[in-house]
Amino acid sequence: MNLWLWILIACALAYATKLVGYFVPAKLLESPRIMHVAGTMTIGLLASLTVVNAVASGQGLVLDARIGALVAAAVALWLRAPFLVVVISGAAAAALLRLLGWG
Amino acid sequence: MSSSAVPMKLRDSPAFKVALSLSIATGLYGVSFGALSVASGFDFWQTMVLSLLLFSGGSQFAFIGVVAGGGSGVAAMTASALLGLRNGIYGMQINAMLRPGGWKRYVSAHVTIDESTATASGQSDPDEQRRGFWTAGIGIFILWNIFTAIGALAGDAMGDPKQWGLDGAAVAAFLALLWPRLKGREPWAIAAACALATILAVPFVPSGVPILVAAVVAGVIGWFSHARMDEGLEPDLDPYAEKHKHHDGGRK
Repeated sequence: MNLWLWILIACALAYATKLVGYFVPAKLLESPRIMHVAGTMTIGLLASLTVVNAVASGQGLVLDARIGALVAAAVALWLRAPFLVVVISGAAAAALLRLLGWG
Repeated sequence: MSSSAVPMKLRDSPAFKVALSLSIATGLYGVSFGALSVASGFDFWQTMVLSLLLFSGGSQFAFIGVVAGGGSGVAAMTASALLGLRNGIYGMQINAMLRPGGWKRYVSAHVTIDESTATASGQSDPDEQRRGFWTAGIGIFILWNIFTAIGALAGDAMGDPKQWGLDGAAVAAFLALLWPRLKGREPWAIAAACALATILAVPFVPSGVPILVAAVVAGVIGWFSHARMDEGLEPDLDPYAEKHKHHDGGRK
């Protein structure tokens, strides 16, 4: 039930953020520094989410089949594969490594 | 009926074609969101509410990713909200471009995402911008939600998600969202610094919090660095990449 609450708050914030762009006078958000921080934060969050999902297990760090997924995804991206192919490569690598008895 | 003229016009519109192919490609990967979401412990309706109401791929993946890692609802909400900040900037750009009035503003805000913004800003003619934005925005909204539902139902029937490597799929999805933003040295340095900060933080703070630590690190770097000012803010993709490729080819 608690999770529902945070889901709905996240939804409200997401919409409010989009809408703010339409109502705030362009000048207020034109600060190059704010734009830059929003950009670096996007990169930082995505990098962090990648790492957390690859090596974190609760409060521990582990190397398991997910590392294989990370490598497979990087190779797919390097080969300019579309998003869905990248995701499937990651899943296939992790599933295959587990089938072989690792992680 | 007079409407017969409209499809003719749309078929000739480059923005419409780009938006349509983008809608199909993006909509399809709603399957991976739906499947990952139920694998992370969300039920069908929670998954659908995220796609219907939150409707921003990166933020949706962030929300379920934090929860899947054992993080709290607050941490998931915070990560999702921070990742959605760029949509506010897109909103500003679209508002300046299309100036939607009245109720249209509230609808266009909801479909202001990476793909619709990219499609519109790749055009210079205002009518084309409008067609591109609305076709991509509404097209993706419809297909993304249909495919989220399919993924959620399929994921539910699959049993142990790890056996299918769905945790690996999440890793791949985040890397794929990050990848197009890593153009140049500064983005790479920020990504590396935030990855390191995350690894260092994991053993010491509750799940979900390392992501917020990384956000602070990225924010501080961004505040003090003076590189290109729109770094990382380009939408996820370049829908007109094909055209650019042709240009490159012409130069050779």
